[in-house]
Amino acid sequence: MADGPLIRFERVTKRFDTFIAVDDVSLDIAEGEFFTLLGPSGCGKTTLLRMLAGLEMPTEGRVWIDGVDMTTAPPNKRPVNMVFQSYAVFPHLNVADNVAYGLRIDRVPKPERDARVAEALRLVKLEEFAHRKPDQLSGGQRQRVALARALVKRPRVLLLDEPLSALDAKLREAMRSELAAIQDQVGVTFVMVTHDQDEALAMASRCALMNRGTLQQVAPPGDLYEYPANRFVADFIGTINMVEGSLSLDEPDQAAVISPALDVPVWVDHGVTGARAAPVWVGIRPEKITMIPQVADRPAGPAAMPHANVTQGVIVRSAYLGGQTLYEVEIATGTVLKVSQANGARDASPGLPAGAAVWLSWPPGAPVVLVG
Amino acid sequence: MSSKNRPGPLEYARRWPMLLWVAGVLVFLYLPLANLILFSFNDSRRTIRWEGFTLDWYAKMLDDAPLLDAFVNSLTIAAISTVFSVVLGAMAAIALWRFRFPGKGLFDGAITLPIVVPEICMGVAMLVFFGTVMPWPRDLVWPLDLGAIIIAHITFSFPFVTVVVRARLASFNREMEEAARDLGAGELRALFDVLVPHIAPALIAGGLLAFTLSLDDFVITFFTAGPNTVTFPVKIYSMVRFSVTPEVNAASTVLMAITVLLTVLGMRMQGSDVTKIQGGH
Repeated sequence: MADGPLIRFERVTKRFDTFIAVDDVSLDIAEGEFFTLLGPSGCGKTTLLRMLAGLEMPTEGRVWIDGVDMTTAPPNKRPVNMVFQSYAVFPHLNVADNVAYGLRIDRVPKPERDARVAEALRLVKLEEFAHRKPDQLSGGQRQRVALARALVKRPRVLLLDEPLSALDAKLREAMRSELAAIQDQVGVTFVMVTHDQDEALAMASRCALMNRGTLQQVAPPGDLYEYPANRFVADFIGTINMVEGSLSLDEPDQAAVISPALDVPVWVDHGVTGARAAPVWVGIRPEKITMIPQVADRPAGPAAMPHANVTQGVIVRSAYLGGQTLYEVEIATGTVLKVSQANGARDASPGLPAGAAVWLSWPPGAPVVLVG
Repeated sequence: MSSKNRPGPLEYARRWPMLLWVAGVLVFLYLPLANLILFSFNDSRRTIRWEGFTLDWYAKMLDDAPLLDAFVNSLTIAAISTVFSVVLGAMAAIALWRFRFPGKGLFDGAITLPIVVPEICMGVAMLVFFGTVMPWPRDLVWPLDLGAIIIAHITFSFPFVTVVVRARLASFNREMEEAARDLGAGELRALFDVLVPHIAPALIAGGLLAFTLSLDDFVITFFTAGPNTVTFPVKIYSMVRFSVTPEVNAASTVLMAITVLLTVLGMRMQGSDVTKIQGGH
């Protein structure tokens, strides 16, 4: 076994006629990761996964699996197995025969095959359904068959193509933790494609965000959310208030952004690497803004720049979401900022009414300043 | 409610103009056939007046060696041409569905040509081809002497298989095949393990179609048959040229019975397969 990463994409490009699905992607995935490929539809994430499975061949570049160049290896010669978006359970075979299919091709002797099929069915909790035909199963159960069928081959990597997208909301949530539990049990590296950011954040140990065939950022979910590499990432993951501005102050330990969209500067306690004249973008997540009614005094700004990071506005709209309420607050410049507040106490729900005048403030660590 | 008296908007079966229409269709479609069958059991040489029940004409038919020979020829031709039609037709359908290749549009159009070209033209074309361009050797041993007819039958029946199989392929989920490949199957194995089960009902239906088309064919066979090779429909035709005897009725009834039986059988098999195979979606 090689010491390097389990999977390595080396400057991989995939073109379909003139359309560039994947554009010069280099990516390493380590053994044991739960890696997700996230992005809007058409961003190339599925193509990347299919190149790993051998269902597409790269136009340029190389794909390495476990130290072996698998760029042009056919799907049946790769130590990977896939759970397809449509599950692709074979309708003419029963559950046990579906799961046994890959082992039959590998000519695994019957006693071992039976044992492994039983073990795989136990893993996905389908022991009692071994002799059912797929048309007698629910969508969730069919997905488990697809999962067992792939895992029974003991692949080095399990590929999942939008595995939860066809399930209803409750089942999807249950399957999320179950997939994670299964990975813990079998210890196989998972690579999952999804367009659902919640899914990606909740399940991944590391996540690659793609757009238009290129990698935007590869990072653990928390970094993706809190330290986005660019505006696309900041905007795609979660909700963010983003305004364009310019740096009025940029020192190693502090920086300030002024923006025509805001009536106060945004002060942060770190420097920004980037040309001072070039435009920058500043983003603040809704939950990082503190909102208090204007019956209270104006909150204090940062000591180094007291007039920054505090503004006032009027609530124009609110959406009550149970656990939290999402407000839209219009400030003096006409900009509407999204602010969310947790509904911590039952008697405080559903929160402040529309029309209420409020103070908005955020700590120096809340805003993210982006140069691209 | 007055639904007992007045037919609902969709209860066509309870409106007399519709019933009259249906009755008319049934009479003109099935009365001639019923008549044919009835008089095959008539105890008289004449096929106008009912004289009593008999199986004599069937017995006579079984004694008629040339007629039996023709019958065996027809079944042989149908069986062989069906096998080839199903294989060729399925392959053509898969090729058209699966691959992009130069001249695909032309091939796609040309493949349905035998369906739309008038049979008489096909017959003449075959006559000319096997008469002058590539004469089929005479005096071959049975069943090789049927070769020209078999080839002609394959030519006009495999496009029907292609059409039926192609319709079925449209509902195939490509991920099934990819899943088989992913699980270790080679290209050919994936085809047989996943695609063939999916199109099985179409193969059966198409095969059945090919068989009955071949069994009944008169025009094209008439033009391609050599002097010593006679098929059942051609034989019946030659018998009719002398006179319509109840023996002809009996022979036709047998041909019809076989066709109906095969159709029912095929539809049954297809029906059970369809529920089995479609369930998974």
